[in-house]
Amino acid sequence: MNIAEFFHMGGYALYVWGSYGVTLVVLALNVLLARQRQRQVLHTLVRSAQRNRGRT
Amino acid sequence: MPWVAGATALLILAGLYFGLFASPADYQQRDSVRIMYVHVPSAWNSMFIYLLMAVAAAIGLIWNIKVADIVAAVSAPIGASFTFITLVTGSLWGKPMWGTWWEWDARLTSELILLFLYLGYIALQSAFEDRRTAARASAVLAIVGAINVPIIYYSVQWWNTLHQPQSLGVGTSAIHPSMLLPLLLMALGFKLLYVVILLMRTRTEVLERERNAGWVQELAQELAATDKFPPDTIRSGNEYR
Repeated sequence: MNIAEFFHMGGYALYVWGSYGVTLVVLALNVLLARQRQRQVLHTLVRSAQRNRGRT
Repeated sequence: MPWVAGATALLILAGLYFGLFASPADYQQRDSVRIMYVHVPSAWNSMFIYLLMAVAAAIGLIWNIKVADIVAAVSAPIGASFTFITLVTGSLWGKPMWGTWWEWDARLTSELILLFLYLGYIALQSAFEDRRTAARASAVLAIVGAINVPIIYYSVQWWNTLHQPQSLGVGTSAIHPSMLLPLLLMALGFKLLYVVILLMRTRTEVLERERNAGWVQELAQELAATDKFPPDTIRSGNEYR
C-alpha cells in the first residue's frame, strides 16, 4: 500500500478522515481545557498563598 | 497519573496503527469500516460515562458526599463529547453506507436524546448559584435520564430499524480478530482517556472548592516556594476566585 492509496481510503477519504479528525479535535480539546483549568486554579491558589505570606 | 496517561497514549496509538494500517478493509464496507474503530468505542463510552455519572450523582444525593458530586459534574462534558463524536462519526459512516446522514432510527434518536440529557445536566448545573442545590437538581435529572441508556443499548433488538444489530456480545463475536484487535485497543484507550480527564478535572475542582481548607493552603504555600510559579507568570485577574 502506498501513501496516496492510504490517504485515499478506497474512495472513503472524506468520511474516514473526517471521523478521525472530529474525534481528535474533540478529545484534544477535552485534555487541553482540563489542563488550562488546572493551571488557572493552581495559579490562583499560589497567588493568594504568596499574598498571605507577605501579609503575615 | 502520568502512568495512566502513558498507557492511554500507547493504547490509542496501537489502536490507530492496527485500525488504519494493519487491518483489512471489509468485504462489504471496504475502507469505511475503519470508522468503526472510533465510532463504537465512543458510543460505549457515551453510555458508560452516563451510567457512572448517574451513580455518582445518586451517591452525592443520598449520602451527601462532595467528591461524588464533583465526579458527576466533571463527567458530564466528557460524556457529552463522546456522545457528540458518536453522532458525527455515525453520520459520516451512514452517508456512504446507508445513503443518508441522518435517519430517525431508534438507536440514532435515543443517542441524540442522550446528548440532550448531558447538555440539560450541564445547563442545570450552571443554573444555580448554590452548588448543593445545583448538584441535587441535576442529580435527579441524571438518575431519571439513566432509563435512556438501556433503551439505547437494546434499541437495535427491540426495533427493527436502520442501525445494524450489535456484532459483539459476552463470549460471542461476529468480528474477525484482525478487526477486533484495533476495536478493543481503542475501546480500552478511550476508557482510560476518560479516567485521565476525570482525574485531572476532579483534582482541580477539589482544590478549587476546598481552597480555604488548611491542606490546600499548605499545598499552595509549598508550590509558591518552588520555582514552578514565578510571580510574573501569574495572571493578575481574580476571575477564578
